Amino acid sequence: MSDVKSPTWKEALLDPLIANNPVMIQVLGICSTLAVTSSMKTAFVMGLSVTAVTAISNFAVSATRNYIPSSVRIIAQMTVIASLVILVDQILKAFAYDLSKQLSVYVGLIITNCIVMGRTEGFALKYPPVPSFFDGIGNGLGYMLVLCIIGTIREIFGSGSWFGITLLETVNNGGWYVPCGLLVMPPCGFFLVGLLIWLVKSFRKELIEPAEYDTHREDY
Amino acid sequence: MLEHYLSLFIKSVFIENMALAFFLGMCTFLAVSKKVTTSAGLGAAVVMVQILSVPANNLINTYILMPDALMPGLDLSFLSFITYIGVIAAIVQILEMVLDKYVPSLYSALGIFLPLITVNCVIFAGVSFMVQREYNFAESVVYAAGSGISWALAIILLAAIRERLKYSDAPAGLRGLGLTFITSGLMAIGFMSFSGIQL
Repeated sequence: MSDVKSPTWKEALLDPLIANNPVMIQVLGICSTLAVTSSMKTAFVMGLSVTAVTAISNFAVSATRNYIPSSVRIIAQMTVIASLVILVDQILKAFAYDLSKQLSVYVGLIITNCIVMGRTEGFALKYPPVPSFFDGIGNGLGYMLVLCIIGTIREIFGSGSWFGITLLETVNNGGWYVPCGLLVMPPCGFFLVGLLIWLVKSFRKELIEPAEYDTHREDY
Repeated sequence: MLEHYLSLFIKSVFIENMALAFFLGMCTFLAVSKKVTTSAGLGAAVVMVQILSVPANNLINTYILMPDALMPGLDLSFLSFITYIGVIAAIVQILEMVLDKYVPSLYSALGIFLPLITVNCVIFAGVSFMVQREYNFAESVVYAAGSGISWALAIILLAAIRERLKYSDAPAGLRGLGLTFITSGLMAIGFMSFSGIQL
């Protein structure tokens, strides 16, 4: 496998942040985006874990890419990713037990998070280890960015706090703010991601999907 | 006794719907829900793999990975993730070969979706929930069927809605993916009405 014009580490790091964001543009890793964003703490820890796993697995897969036969590459990648996720899970259990309870199965689900697999398959198998490492960090940070935007909106307006620090005193605690219950409910994640995609697409017109059916036709 | 299994089944299909209450398998849920026929095929494949892999992992967990299961003093539970994903990958591979040999029509209908199920989080999450909630073998079979069907049900419903939605006059930026997200959100609110039910 020859390396055709590998991107520099800077491109690999910065491109996935906004221009090619894994969640909003590539539509990967939606499950955890919706499930862990009801508070900032879980969203932040999840973002960090995914960044670490993506970066290291990208590096490892890229370093061994010339030795793995392509017929067993999926299994090989799975093994690398699963080992890293076990590491993350054990670290969380040891140092942040409450958080790891809150995240429940979603830590394990990093294994099947399409961002990790998508980057090892789509980037690390083609390019050398260093750009791959930064591509992993870039994609992880792009994912974390979306998680934090959604987490901020949901936590501030849904429970009046940010990272657990009270910003808007809620009525239940004798304050003035009536929290918007819908925002902490699961369905709200869908609405926020949908609206974010709308926002991104209104700035970047080239991403708009073509209409399958012309509703403005004159002849009916 | 039968009542217990029935309520577990109903609970896993409606109240704890994999797609609309736990947001699992979202990537394929959003990407492959354009047509009812393809999403029905995918749903069937997920149900099949789920019913095979959750009970299989239940046995492996009980007899090999749990503390003191294999031999006294040996705790292999830190190997859980890597074992589960290996078992799932192997089952998908075997199912692919069996279908190719004996039911080629179904094999060609499922096509690329079958191998992709390995990385579908519904299966892995089904296994993880089964371990976390400490289901026994019989419960794990019922739970596997229920959770697989819940996901299939959700994707078929969404595909049916999207087949109609393409005739709507949506704002350009919202067309396609954005609208699908909002639709799924509304469906999730609909499914929340089940959450008050006590079984």
